[in-house]
Amino acid sequence: MATITMPQLGESVTEGTVLQWLKQPGDTVALDEPICEIETEKVTAELPSPFEGALGEILVPEGETVEVDAPLCTILETAASAPEPAPGPAAAPEPASVAAEAPAPGVDGSRAGVYSPVVQRLAAKHEIDLTAIAGSGRGGRVTRKDVQAIIDEREREAAAADGIPPAAAPLPLPEGEVVPTPEIATVAASDAYDVVPLSATRRKIGENMVRSTTEAPQAWMMVEADVTGLVDLRARERERFVGVDLTYLPYFASTVAHTLTDFPELNARWHGDELRRYRRVNLGIAIATERGLVVPVVPNARDLSVAGLARRIDDLVTRAHAGKLRLEDIEEGTFTVNNTGAFGSIASKPIVNHPQVGIVTMERVVRRPIVVEGDAIAIRSMMNVALSFDHRALDGAEAGGFLAALKERLEALG
Amino acid sequence: MAEVSVLEAVRETLDEALASDDRVFLLGQDLEAGGVFRATDGLSGKYPGRVLDTPLAESSIVGITIGAAHYGQRPIAEIQFADFIHAGFDQLCSEASRWSWRTRGEQYLPMVVRTPWGGGVHGGQHHSQSIEAYYAHMPGIKVVAPSFPADYRSLLKAAIADPNPVLFLEHKRTYRLIRQEVEGAPAEDRIGHSRITRRGDDLTVFAYGMMLHESLAAAEELAGDGIECTVVDLLTLNPLDTETILEAARATGKVLIVHEDTLTGGLGGEIAGIIAEQAFEDLDAPIRRIAAPDIPPMPFHEAMESAFMPDKVKIAAAARDLAAY
Repeated sequence: MATITMPQLGESVTEGTVLQWLKQPGDTVALDEPICEIETEKVTAELPSPFEGALGEILVPEGETVEVDAPLCTILETAASAPEPAPGPAAAPEPASVAAEAPAPGVDGSRAGVYSPVVQRLAAKHEIDLTAIAGSGRGGRVTRKDVQAIIDEREREAAAADGIPPAAAPLPLPEGEVVPTPEIATVAASDAYDVVPLSATRRKIGENMVRSTTEAPQAWMMVEADVTGLVDLRARERERFVGVDLTYLPYFASTVAHTLTDFPELNARWHGDELRRYRRVNLGIAIATERGLVVPVVPNARDLSVAGLARRIDDLVTRAHAGKLRLEDIEEGTFTVNNTGAFGSIASKPIVNHPQVGIVTMERVVRRPIVVEGDAIAIRSMMNVALSFDHRALDGAEAGGFLAALKERLEALG
Repeated sequence: MAEVSVLEAVRETLDEALASDDRVFLLGQDLEAGGVFRATDGLSGKYPGRVLDTPLAESSIVGITIGAAHYGQRPIAEIQFADFIHAGFDQLCSEASRWSWRTRGEQYLPMVVRTPWGGGVHGGQHHSQSIEAYYAHMPGIKVVAPSFPADYRSLLKAAIADPNPVLFLEHKRTYRLIRQEVEGAPAEDRIGHSRITRRGDDLTVFAYGMMLHESLAAAEELAGDGIECTVVDLLTLNPLDTETILEAARATGKVLIVHEDTLTGGLGGEIAGIIAEQAFEDLDAPIRRIAAPDIPPMPFHEAMESAFMPDKVKIAAAARDLAAY
């Protein structure tokens, strides 16, 4: 169990008031997740949890003022809780080692979530989930050898699957016998490049992209929307929004879903010699994960409020990153939105998510000087919205109409 | 096969150089009588007029060496203890190091300054110091610090043949302590490379001089406990062999740098910097240094001296800690 104390929010600050508890006893608390709001004479701030686990006991009720370092609450840590508590004056005992001139690499404590540069690089390259490894290093740290063992094991398995004898375990040979070196030994041997075996996800993405671009003749257009109202609206609502961070995406998804009501040509799937227009909008959300692109679906997106969409999308994003999407999460999408603005993009040309016939991107919101009514120049928050569509299923007139209507709805927000 | 000590390797190499090149001569304090460590024992009789005694004035020794090199000779100076070489610092760093630059590469200074360095001999504060970092910092002076007799032979030969000023550091504790079987002529070698002397996949130790031997002893002990060290003999301290340093660091991702020089501004910082800059994504632990504490004099008292100096016990303790990280 760990105790969280009143932080010192600024020099010369000696006390703080607990304004509000954002978590209640028993609630799970993620690392860095705000657990309460604290007000001092200088600032009001959310207190991020330095531990992962569940909130234990609240020791200071709302509205009460306590001194810096006074205990605020307890956290029941989960086993894999990452960081050690901030080292106080007594936290680092003198190492028994005689090498007193060289400080120990760190104080004792759990290092389960601390990954060295080489571990991160190898894990990214070989798509290894580090959280699934029980580290052999100090404090449970995952070491390079731990990761290398997994890579070696995979290579042995892959080689075994391909009928290649593992290089590391040569067969015992009768003395004096010379065998030729097998030619297949150089699976990944080159100084000029690294060989990255294709994961199942990567292979599937590749197949889908090829299919979409070769089968569906795709046209593209883009409009620019003034989303100054949306920016203000979201800033206001985000402040009050609890649980998940309110991004632009739910607003956008909601607007797209409702605009599709008037443009059933785009809420459709191309099936060989027929086009199926769907009565419900099952909105695909493109999500970039460490494993690659996935497009889970929010079924019947029109039924959900912006708040409902926010939670639903957050759930999908969380599970997508954890690799825990179910099959029904990714089936029967009728239209797709892609939040390319999250990468900083201001214009992109998406590829239609076959057999759907339309995909729309929301690009980055940028503040720019714009000519407004009365030939005046104003600084507005602008966003490009791009659409790729299957030209077999519809023409520029419908697509343009859809984008114009979407623009109108987006600009009316806020 | 003959077993030779570091001292014998130095003496034999000087003998060969005197025999093979008339331009070679030796100068320094007490050299005619063989020198305090006997590195020139017997050479003044064998090469009359080419083993010269000098006054107790290091600035003069370095200055005369520079002048002789200007005149096309191949002088080899001995500074009796490295602790006193700083009297010649200005001559080395402000003059010798820059000569080929000042003459746009038209002239060179083919000179060697040999000097015994290092502690562990109860020499006290004026006969024990590590001075390499001052000179390794200076571009234009090559700094060599071998550990094994065979390397003393090949690198001293290379230093004498080198057209540039070379500071050749001989660890005085190894003079008679370290022996090795060597055969035939010295191997062709070049200044500027390091050698991986032992390979293991748990951590990499960088060292030179006496600390290389302490590191190898620690590695041997650790191997008994299943901790395998890669050990790098740096050999040349300026210019550093970046390629080998990076290769060895990448081999394990855990780096321990050992020197008996004091910590701050020591070569360990430079090696750590090279690795941090160029092999960051291969690191699996914080880079660690073992050095003498930042105290001006090497203590004389035996207990204090051993507390001051790194040794195999301290190296092994740090290596275990790093391996477990």
